[in-house]
Amino acid sequence: MNTLNAVEEFDTSIADVDRASVKVDVRGLDFFYGKTLALKQVTIPFATNKVTALIGPSGCGKSTLLRTLNRMYALYPGQRAEGEIFLDGQNILGPGVDLARLRARVGMVFQKPTPFPMSIYDNVAFGVRLYENLSKAEMDARVEDALTRAALWGEVKDKLQSPGLGLSGGQQQRLCVARGVAVKPDVLLLDEPTSALDPISSAKLEETVTQLKADHTIVIVTHNLGQAARVSDYTGFMYLGELVEFGPTEDLFQRPATKRTSDYITGRFG
Amino acid sequence: MSVSAARVVRRRLANLTFEVFCWVVTAVALVALAAILWSLVRQGVGGLNLDVFIKSTPAPGSPGGLANAITGSLMMCLLAMAMALVVGVLSGTWLAEYGGHSTYGSVIRFLNDVLLSAPSILVGVFVSEILVKPFHTFSGIAGAVALSLLAVPVITRTTEDVLLLQAQTLREAGVALGATFSYVIRQILWRSARSGLLTGALLAFARISGETAPLLFTALNNQFFTLDLRHPTANLPVVIFNYALSAYDDWRRLAWAGALLIAVAVLAITIVARILAQEPKRS
Repeated sequence: MNTLNAVEEFDTSIADVDRASVKVDVRGLDFFYGKTLALKQVTIPFATNKVTALIGPSGCGKSTLLRTLNRMYALYPGQRAEGEIFLDGQNILGPGVDLARLRARVGMVFQKPTPFPMSIYDNVAFGVRLYENLSKAEMDARVEDALTRAALWGEVKDKLQSPGLGLSGGQQQRLCVARGVAVKPDVLLLDEPTSALDPISSAKLEETVTQLKADHTIVIVTHNLGQAARVSDYTGFMYLGELVEFGPTEDLFQRPATKRTSDYITGRFG
Repeated sequence: MSVSAARVVRRRLANLTFEVFCWVVTAVALVALAAILWSLVRQGVGGLNLDVFIKSTPAPGSPGGLANAITGSLMMCLLAMAMALVVGVLSGTWLAEYGGHSTYGSVIRFLNDVLLSAPSILVGVFVSEILVKPFHTFSGIAGAVALSLLAVPVITRTTEDVLLLQAQTLREAGVALGATFSYVIRQILWRSARSGLLTGALLAFARISGETAPLLFTALNNQFFTLDLRHPTANLPVVIFNYALSAYDDWRRLAWAGALLIAVAVLAITIVARILAQEPKRS
């Protein structure tokens, strides 16, 4: 443990990210579950149209950080965030933020597939209908586009009216991705999206993620280091509620600046 | 390890005794149920004919049926369910999704449980005081209100229970798309809990369809066929109650037929509820 405490501190503010291209800028974020401090002074930028992976052992706060970006935590009394999170320059932790509108701009896909109890078509159209008044033809096109982006269109195009719950687990998860991208969010949050999937479905989803970054800024939480290395442009390593190290994925994996990071990615703990 | 043979024998004996006891008690309950059903069928089937469904309750000695009572029961039960569903589903939803953890929520839940086991005759007396006495007439409306008061706690309870069974990620997934929480409840949670909600409603319907005591004080009875719930309204339970105690054979036959009708209806509803509840869960 002494060696852990003695490691050099990594200055996250010097991370190699072009400031002008930052979509979401988290600064000095503290997060509380009741009185428990789960995030300590986290500062991390998320670059526009890039994939940023958050890695770290269970309980390190990576999911918590993700859930502050669309303020999902606000559903639960007793959870609160302090600090600043700028989305296109607006502090989303500030007063007067319309949470529903914020979440329409910052989409989320969860660990387990969560199809709604309705048809495949209605699942994808659900979020779109909340904010846009589309004609039948426009909606059809939007649904097809979203399903195509999520690499699911070919498998479901003949059964759009059958229930989403009838799909396999991997298909359900891609349906959730389609549902998320259908509303055209600026940012897409993926919370361990492949942890409940088999290797083939996981590979398909990773491919989807890589293609989606053309239109979305993506933040992905993952336990799978190989996945982080494959899909992400930037990686943040978190430990015990702190962002230990952040930088371009290649640098972080090949030349980790801190001992804790190198111990984690070489499998010495976690 | 040394094994005491005496201990093993004693434990086996205790186990056997308990098992036999369970079997016997179950058999007693089933025999009683079968006896009730058997006497109901034996004595009720004879009284069943077309007249039962198309003619109103007769004077002693003249031909007649239960048409007025069947119609009255159906109307009051349906009106009661319509009122109870609105109140029950909304309050159950509030308990599950909004206020369940607050002190006020616990008080509401406790009172609902009290109401769940309240003697139905008290409900009848209460409704009689507020809806019969002030208007100086028994009425089908008062009867429906009394029945709905019995249905509400059942629906509230089942609604809360089935909503709490829904995955938390379903709520988060809805909210994550930019929907307000109430929209998520209406469009996703209620839909997802549909079969459970329906089961609760059917159980409540089965519960109130045989209630006699609350109707004695509210709807009372009516010799004639009427669709106007502002007046005393005939209904199966009260007709059965009156006719079964009467001295006339044809009235008693009608009472048996009516009892059989209610039993069959409740049985059918329960079976439907079972089937709905078993709807395969895909996840």
